[in-house]
Amino acid sequence: MANTAEFRTCPDTGLLFHKPAETLMKLNAVVGIVFLLIGGVLGLLMGLTRWPTVHLLQADSFYMLLTAHGVSVLIFWIIFFEIAVLYFTCTTLLKSRLAGPRWAWLGFALMVIGSITTMVSIFQGRSSVMMTSYVPMSAEPHFYLGLILFAVGALIGCFVFLGTLVIARAERTYGDGSIPLVTFGALTACIIAIFTIASGAIILIPTFLWKIGYINHIDPLMYRILWWGMGHSSQQINVSAHIAVWYAVMGVVFGARPLSEKVSRSAFLLYILFLQLASAHHLLVDPGIGTEWKIFNTSYAMYLAVLASMIHGLTVPGAMEAAQRKRGFNKGLFEWLRKAPWGNPTFAGVFLSILIFGFLGGISGVVMGTEQINLIIHNTLYVPGHFHATVVGGTTLAFMALTYWLVPILFRRDIILPSLSKFQPYLFGIGMSGFCLFMMGAGTLGVPRRHWDISFSGAIFGHQFPETAYLLLGLTGISVILAVIGGGLFILQIVGSVFFGRKRGETKSATPMIAEMVAPGLHGIGMGGISVPGTLVLALVFLTSFILYYFVNWKYLSQVWGLG
Amino acid sequence: MSLTPPAERIWWNEPIEAVELFWVAIALVWALVMFFMMPYWHIYGKQNLSSEAYRTTPEMYTKKVQAMVDQYTIRKETTRDMPVVAPPAGADIYMLGRLWEWYPALELEKGQSYRLHLSSVDWQHGFSLQPENINLQVIPGYEMVIKITPNKSGEYSVICNEYCGIGHHQMIGKIYVK
Repeated sequence: MANTAEFRTCPDTGLLFHKPAETLMKLNAVVGIVFLLIGGVLGLLMGLTRWPTVHLLQADSFYMLLTAHGVSVLIFWIIFFEIAVLYFTCTTLLKSRLAGPRWAWLGFALMVIGSITTMVSIFQGRSSVMMTSYVPMSAEPHFYLGLILFAVGALIGCFVFLGTLVIARAERTYGDGSIPLVTFGALTACIIAIFTIASGAIILIPTFLWKIGYINHIDPLMYRILWWGMGHSSQQINVSAHIAVWYAVMGVVFGARPLSEKVSRSAFLLYILFLQLASAHHLLVDPGIGTEWKIFNTSYAMYLAVLASMIHGLTVPGAMEAAQRKRGFNKGLFEWLRKAPWGNPTFAGVFLSILIFGFLGGISGVVMGTEQINLIIHNTLYVPGHFHATVVGGTTLAFMALTYWLVPILFRRDIILPSLSKFQPYLFGIGMSGFCLFMMGAGTLGVPRRHWDISFSGAIFGHQFPETAYLLLGLTGISVILAVIGGGLFILQIVGSVFFGRKRGETKSATPMIAEMVAPGLHGIGMGGISVPGTLVLALVFLTSFILYYFVNWKYLSQVWGLG
Repeated sequence: MSLTPPAERIWWNEPIEAVELFWVAIALVWALVMFFMMPYWHIYGKQNLSSEAYRTTPEMYTKKVQAMVDQYTIRKETTRDMPVVAPPAGADIYMLGRLWEWYPALELEKGQSYRLHLSSVDWQHGFSLQPENINLQVIPGYEMVIKITPNKSGEYSVICNEYCGIGHHQMIGKIYVK
């Protein structure tokens, strides 16, 4: 082990922090949260513009700020936070020093410079190309350059993570066994990130060269295929990362063990093997791509990744149920769930994240990824409805939940306004769920995404969407307000706590920050020979909704014009 | 627990919980059902995309569209004199996306099939047929061909649902079905 003066033991959790890594975790998380704040404010403006009776912004500012919203939250907030998670899982959980802190600093600097460069290019107003920036529409050169620098920075972060795993292994910092499940999940996120960033570089670098005049043509279809290799896969980094966070929180709050390491780890492996190809579902109505290719990539590849998510959907709550039952909450099907700490934002946030990600994000994602059903969904408001459920309801909520736990540990400060923090995850989660459901509803009625005015005023032909679509957009607007209040409360509490929270000092606090581990084995708990019957019932409810909703969409499809 | 290394060093030999095995089996079966739905629909369903597509250029495509307009225009509509074109059943029909219109308007017959060609001459556009809610990606340089069979009569709008610049929300076209 390196110089011991570089380490700090957290008095509340006994976790070991490598000080250079700790500084980087704090910085990455803080910058991430700044982008979350920017994205949240922009999100409010988007919601208030698409609410037809409010219709706040002018068209040019709407498209500019929509670009800024997507880039700042979908890329910058999440990846900065993920780098913090990577450093936490490879140093603290493995009791190791960080490999190459200088490299990590370089990566961080590149990410900051890159993200600012891109944001500046967007706010200058000539790069309103949306996050997808489909060629031949073009942005200013520094829009692409910023993204490239950011990607290189993130890539360096990934290699620092891998280097740290090598050091920890060589120095036997965590014993002779395997790395913890949470670190394993983070490792899959890191591997997916490396693929993804490579795919992004393959397309963004030529696009940059095209914009500055060194290449005279970028094929738009090739751009789409490679761009989605990054665009969707980058969201799979989030899936791996937030599921690692789910397991972490179950461990922290309940001292839970995975039901079996083998199943949970294999499920993470399935992500590495198959999630990349699932990006094909953005290309299902593109010309020039064969049916077999589409079916192959959205079935064999995607469904095995979906299988992985369905497995985690059982094993994460299952681990919690097992731990609760071992603690004595063994009565009936759901005592373990009723007696959960619903007022603890770390737990409540993760539980809502599982529900929203599974029911809203997961099911809708599979439905729109079905080759033919995609015809009635592609580019409608259904699409942002789906991905807000996965990325905001799933990932962001999980990261928020983890932050409530991390702030006292990293910054040694108490969370201010604890009574408000009880409500925050619910406010945010319910707001986001409403938002996603109403957007998906509007999408089913054909309302397009990225569209400033669905009344088509001034266009040569008129088109009237059904009244219900207007109602749904109004409800979407109200949900946005709810979610933004929830998100604002989070920022207020976290920033407030970091600066003004009561100092915890170096003595152990009265309330434990990490639960005692439960005894191994699952014998003696459960009902009728099933160790986690409550979770199984929940999983079957999930499956039933999935099946019903899937076939309802085939029914919708069968009523449209014949196509062949 | 999940934050610490596995309790058993050789964790891959641990037995799997029955409930997990059961769930993995169910999930796998469900994944297979979803897989078979797609080829099944290609055989028995009526809504599928063909993968017929050609490379094209804005000039080539515009020429073909104009040839159809010249031959089959039956009237002109709106202040911009948008031609309404009524080609015979079974014909190749064309629609062209550009900043910011769908050109021309089409008049089709219910129950008849047509070969609809789609391309863009500038940026990417989204062909979104409302209120049917059929959505296709339209990409410059590629000419996609889909056989369509309108099954209801009425007035349909084609709106653009791929962001294509400041006039995106005014890009709208018409298909009439008699």
